[in-house]
Amino acid sequence: MGMDINTKKLKKNAYRVSKERGIGASRIRVPGGYLDAKILGMVQEIAETYGNGYVHLTTRQGFEIEGIHLEDMDAINEKLQPIIEKLEINQTDPNTGYPASGTRNIVACIGNNVCPFANYNTAKLAKRIEKEVFPNDLHFKIACTGCSNDCAKVRMHDFGIIGMTLPQYDPSRCVNCQACVKGCKSLSVNALRVENYKIVRVEEKCIGCGVCVTKCPTRAMTRSKQKYYKLTIMGRTGKKNPRLGEDFLVWADEDNIVKIICNTYRFVEQYISPDAPGRKEHIGYIIDRVGFEEYKKWALEGVKLLPETIVKECVYWNGIHFDR
Amino acid sequence: MGYQFTRAEAERIFGEWTRNYDVFAPKLMEGEGCFSDTDIVRYGKVTSLDEIVWDRKSDYSFKEVLLAIHETLFYFTEDETTVPKGPQRDLLIFLRSCDLCAVQRLDEIYLKNGYEDFYYARVRERAKFILMGCEMTCASGFCVSMGTNRAEQYDAYLKVAQDVVYADIREEGLKSLVTGGKEREVVPDYVTENQEKVTLPKNLSNESFANGIWKEYGDRCIGCGRCNFACPTCTCFTMQDIFYKDNERVGERRRVWASCQVDGYTDMAGGHSYRKTQGERLRFKVMHKIYDFEKRFGYPMCVGCGRCDDICPEYISFSNCVNRLAKEEMDHEK
Repeated sequence: MGMDINTKKLKKNAYRVSKERGIGASRIRVPGGYLDAKILGMVQEIAETYGNGYVHLTTRQGFEIEGIHLEDMDAINEKLQPIIEKLEINQTDPNTGYPASGTRNIVACIGNNVCPFANYNTAKLAKRIEKEVFPNDLHFKIACTGCSNDCAKVRMHDFGIIGMTLPQYDPSRCVNCQACVKGCKSLSVNALRVENYKIVRVEEKCIGCGVCVTKCPTRAMTRSKQKYYKLTIMGRTGKKNPRLGEDFLVWADEDNIVKIICNTYRFVEQYISPDAPGRKEHIGYIIDRVGFEEYKKWALEGVKLLPETIVKECVYWNGIHFDR
Repeated sequence: MGYQFTRAEAERIFGEWTRNYDVFAPKLMEGEGCFSDTDIVRYGKVTSLDEIVWDRKSDYSFKEVLLAIHETLFYFTEDETTVPKGPQRDLLIFLRSCDLCAVQRLDEIYLKNGYEDFYYARVRERAKFILMGCEMTCASGFCVSMGTNRAEQYDAYLKVAQDVVYADIREEGLKSLVTGGKEREVVPDYVTENQEKVTLPKNLSNESFANGIWKEYGDRCIGCGRCNFACPTCTCFTMQDIFYKDNERVGERRRVWASCQVDGYTDMAGGHSYRKTQGERLRFKVMHKIYDFEKRFGYPMCVGCGRCDDICPEYISFSNCVNRLAKEEMDHEK
């Protein structure tokens, strides 16, 4: 009897068809790349029971269990259940595996759980967004990074969320050691200068990276209570026109960023090309087609930004064109 | 006199104190730590016993209450100078025994070292000290080694237990605001042993300048000055003359804390600088804390609070550095 498998369904169930006939791979999304170490043991068990004993750490911080027999998918889905539950992934029916795969795992750098430079808990935000957007089969790539170093390479994503802090300066604690000035100059954008032995921050230059705060030895520079984010949009890799995401919002808040991402799903539903193979079309190409003004209208629907948030009224992308 | 108060009685007395004094104590400053979502404990004005952090050593010392980080000495116009008013109320400062011993060091420098410093003196004479006991040693402190684990010169001692507050109130002004409570003997908690033990070298001399230890630590030090700024006994300051932007004939003279580890500390007119490398600066600091201050005043400057160790981003341990010097000396003698 020949193998009769709906590959379209299989892919949406987070499996991959491999080079080898009858053999696939099981993909485990781990929002924010943050997991209880116990899950590693569960992944190991599946890999050794159903796979070839090898696991690929995916570029999007998931696991891909290699060498599984496609007929074992139901059994594997049952084995995936405790992993899915532990990771608190939204699921439609238990024991049926991951309910979608189009919206990719949400990536995060290690964030402020560990990193001294990070301005927020990246994994926590990744999980929050995951809860809002998953399951969904539209092709969305979202990533969170703790600071402007962008270790998570969020500018290669449809949505990149970069942590910012608005330095709070208390001149009465400042001893003019200039650690902040030197740090900003050597590690960041040289947005600080000294005037009458005190620090002046050039607001237009400051990228909110927080270097001045970590350098300050007296706590004259501290972080803002409000956490701020930069939202970069429509970066991508790919065959036609790979490009870096451009700033859309600067000094934005978390709630509005989540809202904009959700709004974008509605925009894509409206404008995705009917010819898109498997309903997979990068959002950036849709925006290229319908225009940024139209996208902005949809994205900012119902969004009340903080007064300090800067909205880029026009966004232009560059990148390499292989399609012209 | 020793007392036992109920929590409510203690709060009422504390309320009386805050009406008569500006009360400064270690406070949790949420989100103000060096890194995102971290807090620090440093001194600030408090109005309730609940605001005081009892279970953790302050990251920065009480020093900034007596000796402001940034202080305007006088304002000048074309033909007049004006000295700003000093504190208008008496101060109550909550601190631990190591820090109370540090007050003696600050007094030595600012009151007894030749001239009496006008600005320090006018704050100091208004200051009263409330001792906070240490039930257990902190991780990095070595007060027992430095003989600073017990301090007797307190105006009051306060210990907040679950529902009870124990106090030993000596100063008459504070005592006069006491109502209620039961009289009983109260002895301050103090530690008799630290995890960290320090032996001071006995024979430091000019030859110690050549010790390789300075180069080793110097290569690691980034010259941020945190050790100095967190230290309760560092007293150095520098001067800043400011000419206001809108009228450069008017301005002010300030003094601000200085650090012997930070660039510029030994800069002189003509561009000369005494201690250029971090190693030289570190040597100067260590020698001052445990050698030349003692030569001059008869006791070491360091009080063993351990804050410099806790705060160093490069994990340079002052206590270990001192122990290494002492060990080398002993090995040498053998």
